[in-house]
Amino acid sequence: MNLMVLLVLTPLLGAFCTFVLPRQSRLLGMAVALVLVSAALALAWQVSSSGPIRMVAGGWDVPLGIGLYADGWSALMICLSASVGLGTSLYSLGYFGSHANNHIDKSTSAGWWPLWLLLWAALNALFLSSDVFNLYVTLELMGLAAVALVALEAHAVAAALRYLLVGLLGSMFYLLGVGLLYGLYGTVDMAELSVNVQSEPAAWVAMALMTGGLLLKAALFPLHFWLPPAHANAPAPVSAVLSALVVKAAFYVLLRLWLGPFESLATQQVGQLLGVMGAGAVLWGSVQALLAPRLKLVVAYSTVAQLGYLFLLFPLLGSTEAGAIAWYGGIWLALSHGLAKAGLFMAAGTIMHAYGHDRVADLSGTGQRLPVTLFAIGLASVNLMGLPPSGAFVGKFLLLNAAFVSGQWWWALVLITGGVLAAAYSFRILLHAFRNQESGTSYHKPHPVMEWSSLAMAVGAILLGMFSAQPLELLMVGSTLGELTLTEVAP
Amino acid sequence: MSQFLWYAMVGSGLFCIGLLGLILQRHLLRRILALNVMGIGVFLIYVALAKRAGLLPDPVPHAMILTGLVVSVSATALGLVLVERVQRLHGRPELPEDS
Repeated sequence: MNLMVLLVLTPLLGAFCTFVLPRQSRLLGMAVALVLVSAALALAWQVSSSGPIRMVAGGWDVPLGIGLYADGWSALMICLSASVGLGTSLYSLGYFGSHANNHIDKSTSAGWWPLWLLLWAALNALFLSSDVFNLYVTLELMGLAAVALVALEAHAVAAALRYLLVGLLGSMFYLLGVGLLYGLYGTVDMAELSVNVQSEPAAWVAMALMTGGLLLKAALFPLHFWLPPAHANAPAPVSAVLSALVVKAAFYVLLRLWLGPFESLATQQVGQLLGVMGAGAVLWGSVQALLAPRLKLVVAYSTVAQLGYLFLLFPLLGSTEAGAIAWYGGIWLALSHGLAKAGLFMAAGTIMHAYGHDRVADLSGTGQRLPVTLFAIGLASVNLMGLPPSGAFVGKFLLLNAAFVSGQWWWALVLITGGVLAAAYSFRILLHAFRNQESGTSYHKPHPVMEWSSLAMAVGAILLGMFSAQPLELLMVGSTLGELTLTEVAP
Repeated sequence: MSQFLWYAMVGSGLFCIGLLGLILQRHLLRRILALNVMGIGVFLIYVALAKRAGLLPDPVPHAMILTGLVVSVSATALGLVLVERVQRLHGRPELPEDS
């Protein structure tokens, strides 16, 4: 069977089976996770050896059929979902499995596997979609599964409902934009749209609607208000996939559109506006992370801040010499943040599981009791700050380079300030966690798989910086921006 | 005024009414209804686009609307379940920060 079909159908089938057979759900779920990881690796290998793959599902041609397309970028995003997915699946075995975890009842753990596999299917389908309407369908599938996952935590229903309303609002804007594009050019295929779209008022409206809808879903400041409550209150494995993958998916769609159909429409001013919003996100999110009283809320606001970095690449895209560098840098940041943030949310969940709370001020003793988890937090923090040798360092370095090459040095200031603020909120956590324990605090030991899977994610983010050559080569396959060549700045 | 323009304008009007309702209303049931009104507006614009080209309507937008309707029904169902749970947890069908 075709790899791309396999990547979408297996988790869909798995979601059905784990729903019907809840007793076997752990076994079935892990089996699906392993199949998906191997399929993702095989796809990456196939794309890197023989170039981008295109296929039409079901024998119907575009526009009626469903076109699937995989280039190096989609393959890399699918590999990210596979690695975060495997880590989260392993983590969930400990998180939902142990009886000591009293606040998780049976219905919660029964809901986890079907919904999570459904989300995974939607993510894979989204990264493989080649037309703007299928992107809408996959965005909705992803959104609905994500909302239901947040609602697994009984006290998070209000946050889940807010998330649903915001997500649907974003989808409505996006869908209206798709309709306009179809009305104008008679196609929804991205490749055909890239050729046909011209600078005209109706196309501008379509671009504004679709971009606005996606910004709402990607939680770009000041549209981020729904993210912290949803991500901070969901069960830990859910927070991990939401922060690591789901918001990235909206960003991915937006960037795809800007590099394809909207390339001729994206002017410098619109790019600068997105950049300014991104800068606002970096500063506001970091300051809120510094002030947040709970560990998971710190991590959630840190996601708002880190998403801001990704949008700094939009003002740099227009520059001929810096565009490609900024693109590689932004994607590198997205990948390494995905791994690091998954690790961080898992570690926060482990702490919450062990202590029954996650108040930052009462984290003393973590260094003695949960050394592995604390090490994971440390490594993930290295990534958030963008220190070498982490993957985020590579990404930030490329973005800095692009900012200087294109002469837009002010974005470099945002990158550096954001790094310092990230150091501040990370050290605040580490400072409390390293303090010696006070006697008499209640504590129960978490399952080792929880500790080690969060560490594996954080280590993965570091490895992404140390071995970046091969994935970068994969990213170049099928890229319209050309190869990555760093330009030196003339003084 | 052409038939297409008339339908498209009614669709846009519904979209705006729904948007306004979603922002202004506090009651969650009304907010979910508002989202549905927005959705109907979008679908109506699609229908108008399908009939614009010639005598025979274009089937592609119709296929898209059918997909959109399925999504809309599922989203509404999920929303209603959550509204009911919010009502049970917080005592009234409103998002807690709003009241």
